[in-house]
Amino acid sequence: MSAVRRTPAPPPGDLQDMPKFPKNAAKELRNTQLRKNLRHATTTIREKRANVVAELPHWEQLRRAGEAIKNRTLRHLDDYLLQLEESLTRNGAIVHWASDAAEANQIVIDVARAKGADEVVKVKSMATQEIDLNEALEAAGIAAWETDLAELIVQLGHDRPSHILVPAIHRNRSEVREIFTEEMGRYGTPPPDGLTDDPAMLAGAARVHLREKFLRAKVAVSGANFAVADSGTLVVVESEGNGRMCLTLPETLISIVGIEKTVPTFDDLEVFLQLLPRSSTAERMNPYTSMWSGVREGDGPQEVHVVLLDNGRTKVLADEVGRQALRCIRCSACLNICPVYERVGGHAYGSVYPGPIGAILTPQLRGTASAVDASLPFASSLCGACYEVCPVRINIPEVLVHLRNQVVESHGPSVEGTIMKAGGWVMGDGRRLALVQKGSELAGRVLPGEVIGPLPGPAAGWTGARDLPKPPTQTFRDWWVAEHQGGRDE
Amino acid sequence: MSSRDAVLGRVRAALADVPAVPAAEDVAIDWEYGQRPAGAADDTLGLFVERVEDYRAEVSWVTPAEVAARIADALGDHEVTSAVVPSGAPQDWRDAIAARGIRVLTDEPVLSHAELDGTGAVVTASRVGIAETGTIVLDHGPDQGRRALSLVPDLHVCVIRAEQVVADVPEAVARLRPSIDARQPLTWISGPSATSDIELSRVEGVHGPRTLRVLLVDG
Repeated sequence: MSAVRRTPAPPPGDLQDMPKFPKNAAKELRNTQLRKNLRHATTTIREKRANVVAELPHWEQLRRAGEAIKNRTLRHLDDYLLQLEESLTRNGAIVHWASDAAEANQIVIDVARAKGADEVVKVKSMATQEIDLNEALEAAGIAAWETDLAELIVQLGHDRPSHILVPAIHRNRSEVREIFTEEMGRYGTPPPDGLTDDPAMLAGAARVHLREKFLRAKVAVSGANFAVADSGTLVVVESEGNGRMCLTLPETLISIVGIEKTVPTFDDLEVFLQLLPRSSTAERMNPYTSMWSGVREGDGPQEVHVVLLDNGRTKVLADEVGRQALRCIRCSACLNICPVYERVGGHAYGSVYPGPIGAILTPQLRGTASAVDASLPFASSLCGACYEVCPVRINIPEVLVHLRNQVVESHGPSVEGTIMKAGGWVMGDGRRLALVQKGSELAGRVLPGEVIGPLPGPAAGWTGARDLPKPPTQTFRDWWVAEHQGGRDE
Repeated sequence: MSSRDAVLGRVRAALADVPAVPAAEDVAIDWEYGQRPAGAADDTLGLFVERVEDYRAEVSWVTPAEVAARIADALGDHEVTSAVVPSGAPQDWRDAIAARGIRVLTDEPVLSHAELDGTGAVVTASRVGIAETGTIVLDHGPDQGRRALSLVPDLHVCVIRAEQVVADVPEAVARLRPSIDARQPLTWISGPSATSDIELSRVEGVHGPRTLRVLLVDG
């Protein structure tokens, strides 16, 4: 690491080394400001989404089309990736392949160095968050400037993103004002004197601060929402115009594209450009969508690189149940609807992908060796709301249960598993069941009070948070026999 | 082994369960492209105006004869002193603007980033309008100019002809196919630049033009 940092330092430690989800959740739940900010934001967006979705009478048909297009692509991904590579190359783009984060980061560093750039401007991109590109660039002496307003708030705040779409959703306006006042001047144009917490004034301060960087940057880094195989077109969907600035003004553009972002044809975009804006920002259409096909002479960057990124995606693809997670178009509707996410926020998930989609994507991308990754499939009440709002119909509860099973199997016999197995043996035979029921009847007579409270030992985890009703003093079998002695009626 | 071979090899290994049939036969897509759902509005232009205005952009209906004068009016309303007009736009637009005492730039020779940043407004034509979503799509042909022109100045006056407005996104995608085949970039614009990043409440005006004026040419 260089002696003096160019950009604000993120919090120390690796996300993957965080404690398991329940421990993080308990900590976040005590943060009342966070819960207030999150409830306000998610309630607002849920209502707006419901309204714009209701405007389209064929929403269900659109969801099924989105699901089918993504399934088709994923099930034949090798063919579509080769087609994409060929189209991009024909359009003048330079295509790179990256097996993992380290390879992708090195490609960006090498291109930036070849251009003599010591800084890059960035379009908001989940893929670059995932590979921790900013820190890799910092270590190579290259400053990466986030230009999305929420990403800027996170970066200047020495913070981590907590939401896929609105990474600073955990911050309210007065916290944003404090961060800008404190930090902005250290990294470029300071905010105006007398900065208030009026969102329009805060956005204005970001406009001035970043314009200087847009106008001078030689290299930009972006992700892509979609990569169109037949035309070799990349698509970035955004709101503020920071994306357009990065995609248009610098001489060199590097786009990091997860291999699952591929769609077969330009026509397929008609489906996704209806599904995505309504599901994410709850608008009929987002303010700006940019589409570019390689290099356009006299317009925009004259050197265009595309990095096709695996980084665990092929592991997800290999799981016949879990691969549906790769349909995700990163809209965040599942986060906004999730009762767990709304209460604990994004940081507790220990991943750049929080919420329900993160709970199924992260353990598949990273494996379940770490404490936080193994706990993520359990970070859900399985209420199913996420599945209902998902624009590409990812059955998140199904994948959660599938992954829970994998985690349990890989961690050896558990108390719960042993009990369930014993239960299966008992219920497999009526005589065994009758015998056990007599035992519970006895327990019902012996135990004091109405309920069973917290128990010690292996049952503590289950009984610590709930009371169990005491077993009845008469079994159903005995009651039936007593009621029906001497015939059916009278 | 190259990373390319490694990734492709892993993709193929992961898909061992998928039958070796063409993708379209393996997964049917139950969706008829371009099909308008029942109940779509008949008044396409009216809906377009309403939906663009929903984004707090100002829309004016103008006749073909008055386009140039109304462009100059719009620039005058915002008191700009200079405007860039792409070279492929009609000459009478430039004449009307110049007659109003506003400096006209044409991007020939190519304007630097700094010159563009110092320009008050941009005037462009457009390629497609979408009623249902209130969207205008530029394909950056000669009457619209390169992408930076309609991005850096703070006021965008955008002229769209009635016959360019379609009902919905599928119709727009179909109309844009020739531009994509010609490898032209596309910019989809729905209202002025905006953000919802602070408490998810929409604020107009961040990096793109903070004001969007639309002139709908009908008649």
